[in-house]
Amino acid sequence: MIMNTQSQNLKGTLAALVLVLSALSLGSCSQKESKNIVKNADWAERIVAHGEHEAELTAPPFVPKPVGKRAATKLNVNLEILEQEGEMVDGVQYMYWTFGGTVPGSFIRTRVGDEVEFTLKNHPDNKLPHNIDLHAVTGPGGGAASSLVAPGHEVTFSFKTLHPGLYVYHCATAPVGMHIANGMYGLILVEPEGGLAPVDREYYIMQGDFYTKGNYGEKGLQPFDMNKAVKEQPDYVVFNGHVNGLVNDNAITAKVGETIRLFVGNGGPNLVSSFHVIGEIFDRVHVEGGDLINENVQTTLIPAGGAAIVEFKVNTPGTFVLVDHAIFRAFNKGALGMLKVEGDENEKVFAGKIKEGIYLPEGGTIQTMPKETGKKAPIENKTLAQQIADGKNIFTRTCFACHQAEGQGIEGIFPPLANSDYLNADVSRAIKTVINGLEGEITVNKIKYNSIMTSQNLSDQEIADVLTYVYNSWGNSKTVVTPQMVQKNR
Amino acid sequence: MMTHPFRLVLCLLSVLTGILLNAQQATPMQTIQSGTFTPLYGSTEEGYVKVASFQLDRFAVTNAQYLDFLNQNPSYQRSQIKGLFATKSYLSHWKGNLDYGDLHPQAPVTNISWFAAKKYCECQGKRLPTLDEWEYVAMADAQQMDAREKTAYNQYILAWYETPKTYLNPVGSTPKNYWGVYDMHGLIWEWVFDYNSIFLSGESRKDKGNDENLFCGSASINASDLMDYAAFMRYGFRGSLRANFTTKNLGFRCAKDL
Repeated sequence: MIMNTQSQNLKGTLAALVLVLSALSLGSCSQKESKNIVKNADWAERIVAHGEHEAELTAPPFVPKPVGKRAATKLNVNLEILEQEGEMVDGVQYMYWTFGGTVPGSFIRTRVGDEVEFTLKNHPDNKLPHNIDLHAVTGPGGGAASSLVAPGHEVTFSFKTLHPGLYVYHCATAPVGMHIANGMYGLILVEPEGGLAPVDREYYIMQGDFYTKGNYGEKGLQPFDMNKAVKEQPDYVVFNGHVNGLVNDNAITAKVGETIRLFVGNGGPNLVSSFHVIGEIFDRVHVEGGDLINENVQTTLIPAGGAAIVEFKVNTPGTFVLVDHAIFRAFNKGALGMLKVEGDENEKVFAGKIKEGIYLPEGGTIQTMPKETGKKAPIENKTLAQQIADGKNIFTRTCFACHQAEGQGIEGIFPPLANSDYLNADVSRAIKTVINGLEGEITVNKIKYNSIMTSQNLSDQEIADVLTYVYNSWGNSKTVVTPQMVQKNR
Repeated sequence: MMTHPFRLVLCLLSVLTGILLNAQQATPMQTIQSGTFTPLYGSTEEGYVKVASFQLDRFAVTNAQYLDFLNQNPSYQRSQIKGLFATKSYLSHWKGNLDYGDLHPQAPVTNISWFAAKKYCECQGKRLPTLDEWEYVAMADAQQMDAREKTAYNQYILAWYETPKTYLNPVGSTPKNYWGVYDMHGLIWEWVFDYNSIFLSGESRKDKGNDENLFCGSASINASDLMDYAAFMRYGFRGSLRANFTTKNLGFRCAKDL
């Protein structure tokens, strides 16, 4: 017996020694190697939880405070399910099913080794039973098997977080696709030991595809369309639940020089996202929300039911547009967001337009374009029909992408030119808008817009032509704009 | 044990009193002819279930009718009911024990437990319909006995899932079906006698495979069939219930043997 105990002690000492040695060697190892040991779920299972905390839950685009260096704890999460009507885009209502009253649902922030006691509450006014499948859970159904809850009831289950990463949660009650398509998804973050590296700002963004009986923009309460969902033909692809979820007043913001971390999820149900920020390069991406780090990334793929952590520094001011780079979704179905960065210009990084010239393919040197000297060769007077024909050409290559083929614009983002009270009210203003661009809130046909039109590099004649085309199309005032009128507004 | 027949007599007495006082008209019943049908779940050996002829209430039980029942059976009032028979949410949207407040008198009574629904029907000399009976009647639309393959029928049910607060509408607010019965879809969920005879784990994607004789409408490969989606929700809903549970969207109607 004594010998046995001694040998066991010896074994124990040896094991401890090995542990200490490996711990020491970790210090000199690269971080990636150490993670291979830390990642082990068995190791995480043995983490002892200390004390008890109430989880902070936040609505998108905000995230709870970082976990930092806090010890693993018993973390109480209280999440309420609400079935409620909301606005998909101006004038289009949709019956959303939500976790916490928002799409995506409340953000949950934990650390590895936490013992999460999860209470799911189904509001009495709700019609349907629901449950929750958290991809961060190791267990049957990700918790779904233990969390089916009838309206007016609540259910509590618990789990231990074993793997650090960013995970999707969603409802898994039949019909699963319908519950997800109606907005029942969100993100749960499991931070590693010691937390994620500090950054200046963190935001929560989640893409989803929506299927409505009416096509994009058809007014009224739009019911879910199962056929379109099965065919994977969404009418809306959006960030944070609706077309305007992340633009204008809902845009995320930062200051020049700050580091940004985006927790980006994709609820699906069907589409994968090619997540991209126009005018930025991601310094670091936690690929699929896991440990694999990719650096210097233009576009990162986020699977349906997956996530990514995207980090970058903003070096210059401006509005940076977030898109699903499957680009028709961005400009035609709503998958568009904005990051507004304020601060001083940083000409080392981006100097804007510094020079323009005339390009002569026949040869010769690049010449400077004569500027506002009035010495331009007089342009022959065009007929109205010629102006309209030329204007249409210019419109197609310059204005079409935003204002659309029939001048209808994009609901909530780019104002319409068709039947536009704003356009018809003031020709000088319209000319100046094309010359100088426009930024800030305007009201067009009683709907407010707050986006940015860049100044257009067009000649007086081109501006006259394109505006004449616009004024003589789609029910507008048939105003004829001459190059002289444009010149006066320069 | 001795009290049981005595209670039944009391019940019958109160029904008689009710009729005498003419406080509440009894709900007219429709005769449902016998037949067979293939259910979404269960009875996979024969492939179908038989339903004998029976009678089913034309409408769900209303607030006014239930108030009358409570007058006759004080032990089922909100403050009196035994915890075993109903959770605290029982009739919680009423203003008081005998006051349904602003609710429409002809709207279906909801927030009722299975025990209370069963008791109510017994007091009318009726019973709760079985799951098979209810599903048999509910598969009809206005024209057809079995409309489950019809797109319009399924889309109507799916649309109802997304329409809030329909329990506030009076009974008879949806078209009557082939059997002359109203509101099988579009108003409320309804208790059935054996609501828990088909057990779903709540993890719907797992409820398939031969071992459990169940299949999952939403997760099977050929899930483009709308019928699966619409019907599956009812089974999912029933699976989330226990007999003492109540919800604002859940009421009941009674049936009777012929």
